Amino acid sequence: MMKSDIKLINSEGKRLDGRGPEDLRKIKIESGVLHRADGSCYLEWGGNKVLVAVYGPREAVPRHCQNPLRAIVQARYNMAAFSVEDRKRPGPDRRSVEISKVISEALERVILTEQFPRATVDVNIEVLDAEAGTRCAGLTAAGVALVDAGIPMRDIPVACAAGKINGQVVLDLGKEEDNFGEADLPVAISPRTGEVLLLQMDGHLTMDEFNKAFDLAVKGCHIVSDIQKKAIMHKYQAVVAAEVQE
Amino acid sequence: MTIIPAIKKDYITKLAEQGKRVDGRTFDQYRTIDIETKVVNKAEGSARIKIGNTQVLVGIKMDLGEPFPDTPDCGVLSTAAEFVPLASPDFESGPPRENAIELARVVDRGVRESEVVDIKKLVITPGEKVWIVFIDIHILDYDGNLFDAASLGALAALMTTKVPILRFLQSGTLEKKDLETWYNNTSIKDIIDLYSIPGLDEFIASKNKEAPTDIKDIPLPMIEPPISCTAIKINDYVMFDASLDEELIADARLTVATDHKGDIRAMQKGLSGSFSREEIQKVIKGALDNGQEIRKQLYAKIGK
Repeated sequence: MMKSDIKLINSEGKRLDGRGPEDLRKIKIESGVLHRADGSCYLEWGGNKVLVAVYGPREAVPRHCQNPLRAIVQARYNMAAFSVEDRKRPGPDRRSVEISKVISEALERVILTEQFPRATVDVNIEVLDAEAGTRCAGLTAAGVALVDAGIPMRDIPVACAAGKINGQVVLDLGKEEDNFGEADLPVAISPRTGEVLLLQMDGHLTMDEFNKAFDLAVKGCHIVSDIQKKAIMHKYQAVVAAEVQE
Repeated sequence: MTIIPAIKKDYITKLAEQGKRVDGRTFDQYRTIDIETKVVNKAEGSARIKIGNTQVLVGIKMDLGEPFPDTPDCGVLSTAAEFVPLASPDFESGPPRENAIELARVVDRGVRESEVVDIKKLVITPGEKVWIVFIDIHILDYDGNLFDAASLGALAALMTTKVPILRFLQSGTLEKKDLETWYNNTSIKDIIDLYSIPGLDEFIASKNKEAPTDIKDIPLPMIEPPISCTAIKINDYVMFDASLDEELIADARLTVATDHKGDIRAMQKGLSGSFSREEIQKVIKGALDNGQEIRKQLYAKIGK
């Protein structure tokens, strides 16, 4: 199918799933969902379903990977075999290794790693159901899981993508938009300072379009950031309320 | 045995002498079981099982491919388990280790030997083209008794699986002539009649090449499933549905699968301890009782 064959956005600015150009898909975040993990988060973002567990800080093994001055952050992004249209072979492929690396580096920037020399913070991201934008969903969920694990951080990292479909810049690409659109720009920021933690782009954008898409993605990040904070508040308000009752 | 389970062993066995367990259950009692199906949209079938704090997600994907040379008239079942590091501080990433392989093989055997999926009906052209059913087990939270959680998850996921006929017709992997040979095979006709696929009869009879979009996907051909129940033995105490703490200090383990008629369909003993004849009968009795309860719950959930 040719790119131009598909009308991803109509003249009234409505997208295939009925969203306007600056609308996010529906996001649901729940923190503290796993029993064994030190911190965890379940996130639904449109058709994406992501589960994140944080373990640590704990001793990094094997020892040669320890850093004597700070903790290392090891994120591991993994897709379930049944999360995609055609079954994915289990285990890491080149794509998930790359995503794991950029997410690790993004998280390392906000975690106070200098407090835990020789330790590791392990962030396990499992994509259970995939529908475009899994790395943003994974990083956003990782932010909440790190808070749930009580890892000291400068800020709660958050991610959101913008892109270009049928010549128009839009927020948060859906499945068809990702496949047949012209560009995709995932961005992760530290919302308090606006520092960019992760930035990738593929496709074709002019300078103006890039600026517009970047601003839009950052705007999306702030919206998602509020949802993250609500999820954390919701969990811990319940905990505090239970303690008060006792 | 590492240090902490060794310390906990004292506590658990002392309680067991008084007929008690750490979480207040009786020896035969299961933790609360929660079954949720259709949790993954991209999968052909899926289920999330919670037994207490243990959580397992099973997804089913289907594909078309060649049958094994020794069974040209059977569809293919393939089971894999992933012990992802998300589920426990002790799980590491990498290729499946022996415990993941054992789990996958026990679940696979349960599904295959009980013939709960009628793989003979998944043959399109004998020796050439059959449906392949992938059962992928994802451990999400490990607090003991993965065997029962994974088996139940596989059943619940299979029972909600829809054979993706329409998708394969549209992608061209499944052709109209395949559908004809599959349909002319009488056994599949039974299922198709049973679940009556609107539009399929007309499509096969017609001269149209393009698949109509109103063809509905059919459920997997299945029969009444056996339910697996696992008991462990600590000293001389036999208890069902071990939590992680109990499992780590267990001397022996016995899994018994029973069907709806009360017959035994599969057994597997594990670990280095032993069982006496009486103990085995006790486990079978407990497996039957618990199996009935779990089956009821499964049917209530699947809507059968």
